[in-house]
Amino acid sequence: MSAKATRDSFGETLVTLGKEDPRIVVLDADLSVSTKSVLFAKAYPERFFQMGIAEANMVGTAAGLAFTGYVPFLCSFGAFVAGRYETIRVSVGYSDANVKIVGTHAGLGIGDDGYTQMGLEDVNVLRGLPGMSILQPCDHLSTVAAVRYAAKHKGAVYLRLTRQKLPAVYESESQFVFGKGTVLKEGKDLALFASGATVAEALKAADHVGGQPWVVDFHTLKPIDRDLIVRVARNSKHIVTVEDHNVVGGLGTAVAEVLAEEGFGGKLLRLGLQDKYGESGDPGALYDKYGISAAKIAEQIRAKFR
Amino acid sequence: MADSQTIQKLERLAADCRVDILTMLEQAKSGHPGGSLSVIDILVALYFHEMKQDPQRPDWEDRDRCVLSKGHGVPAMYAVLANQGSIPKSELATLRQINSRLQGHPDRVAFPWAEASTGSLGQGLSIAQGLALGFKLAGKSSRAFCVLGDGETQEGQIWEAALSAPKFKLNNLICFTDNNNGQIDGHVDEVMDLKPLAEKWRAFRWAVHEINGHDFGEILGALDKARQEKEKPTMIIARTVKGKGVSFMENNIGWHGVAPSAEQTQKAVAEIRGGKR
Repeated sequence: MSAKATRDSFGETLVTLGKEDPRIVVLDADLSVSTKSVLFAKAYPERFFQMGIAEANMVGTAAGLAFTGYVPFLCSFGAFVAGRYETIRVSVGYSDANVKIVGTHAGLGIGDDGYTQMGLEDVNVLRGLPGMSILQPCDHLSTVAAVRYAAKHKGAVYLRLTRQKLPAVYESESQFVFGKGTVLKEGKDLALFASGATVAEALKAADHVGGQPWVVDFHTLKPIDRDLIVRVARNSKHIVTVEDHNVVGGLGTAVAEVLAEEGFGGKLLRLGLQDKYGESGDPGALYDKYGISAAKIAEQIRAKFR
Repeated sequence: MADSQTIQKLERLAADCRVDILTMLEQAKSGHPGGSLSVIDILVALYFHEMKQDPQRPDWEDRDRCVLSKGHGVPAMYAVLANQGSIPKSELATLRQINSRLQGHPDRVAFPWAEASTGSLGQGLSIAQGLALGFKLAGKSSRAFCVLGDGETQEGQIWEAALSAPKFKLNNLICFTDNNNGQIDGHVDEVMDLKPLAEKWRAFRWAVHEINGHDFGEILGALDKARQEKEKPTMIIARTVKGKGVSFMENNIGWHGVAPSAEQTQKAVAEIRGGKR
């Protein structure tokens, strides 16, 4: 399997699901070409709703569709859709609407377009809503599995996807189990936890830090896999989280909460944006600058723990 | 045209609901009397005359839906539901109390007769639009009703929905604006003037009717016209009086969000009972 953007895997899977399940409907706010919901729009135009550049209305309309028994996927950039927090909070969250919120263009990985287009606080915002499940797959197969899972899950889901291509990590869709982290490398003494685009970076970094590090993919950011964090923590001196997101409120925070509650003698290093806004640039250069490329992850681990 | 017997029946029901609204707010010691009394005639017309619904089956799949976007007017909805036998009248005393289904603003999860959880203003029209779209897509004849406050029309999301509903030809979406010209900080035309409101909705390609929101003949007349619409969603701008039916509350902004005392309630109930109805 060659490298593929998770938004592409999403768009293709949605078309397959649309064929299997007539309840699936899709809404987009003038970004269907970018979110890849355009594939569904072409295949099932009667079940696709072009809402124009008006995300809040899209969120509420999706909730209403869900109340009539449809399973709506609403699509935009993560930054824009999470920005309609208050509508999501009441019309979806509190209302227990079976709506699937798809936020593409996660993080620094989009590169040139710069900060305003980057979802960098989206997980932080939506994680605070009771009942909101958050998924961030890291490659093609796990995205196919995540989209399929989201469609059958009863309740609101936020699915965070990338613009950029990501290398294959999974060998089969069945490795993805909702709510369970996936151990990609069984290790000891040090653990790398990643999600989405940073999984491949963490895997590469693991080869350059010596010893035998764990690498775990947390494709389900909420609910976080508490049992797995505890198990890995018992077998590691230190834990490093890596995310293309602000370290406030994302993977690093979720892991810190569990470690603090369960007790952990080691140190936690949270890599990601250190409470900063993003900027334009080449995605690789941005990953280096903000310390989440494989090379920079390894460098920081060596400096702190080796 | 509705016959006078129908209108008299609705007027009697509205008077009963007004008494229940005041009584429950007095018991709760908080809530929004002004906007509940301005919207009650609209809700009575919808529930007791216009909507296809079964008071015993909130989950009946083919029912019409009413989204009360101005969620603070929910005592009016609770009063209607109690008077049509959906919930026991005794339950009205639990309004705003801990562990009650009758939340201060509607909660569709706890309370199945609430079609949407509202209270964060500006969201209900989008939800009603989604319902109407769902009915169309499924080939159902059900309709989606929505009731907006005029103040909440200041929210941008309302105008996003105003723009999109005509695009989808939602003639099964019928919306009221409870145009009582009051909001918390003052008169709507002083806080953030909406005029010309009807022209705005017409410009957004809605079928618009302007009526007296306390005249059942006019309310039912506008609803009849809405049934005839072939493509456009309907906006019924109902001129109403905040606190309607209680002399000391009428058009007094101070009664937006303050519950009446026992004495005031007694006086108000006497006025409603002794009134021309």
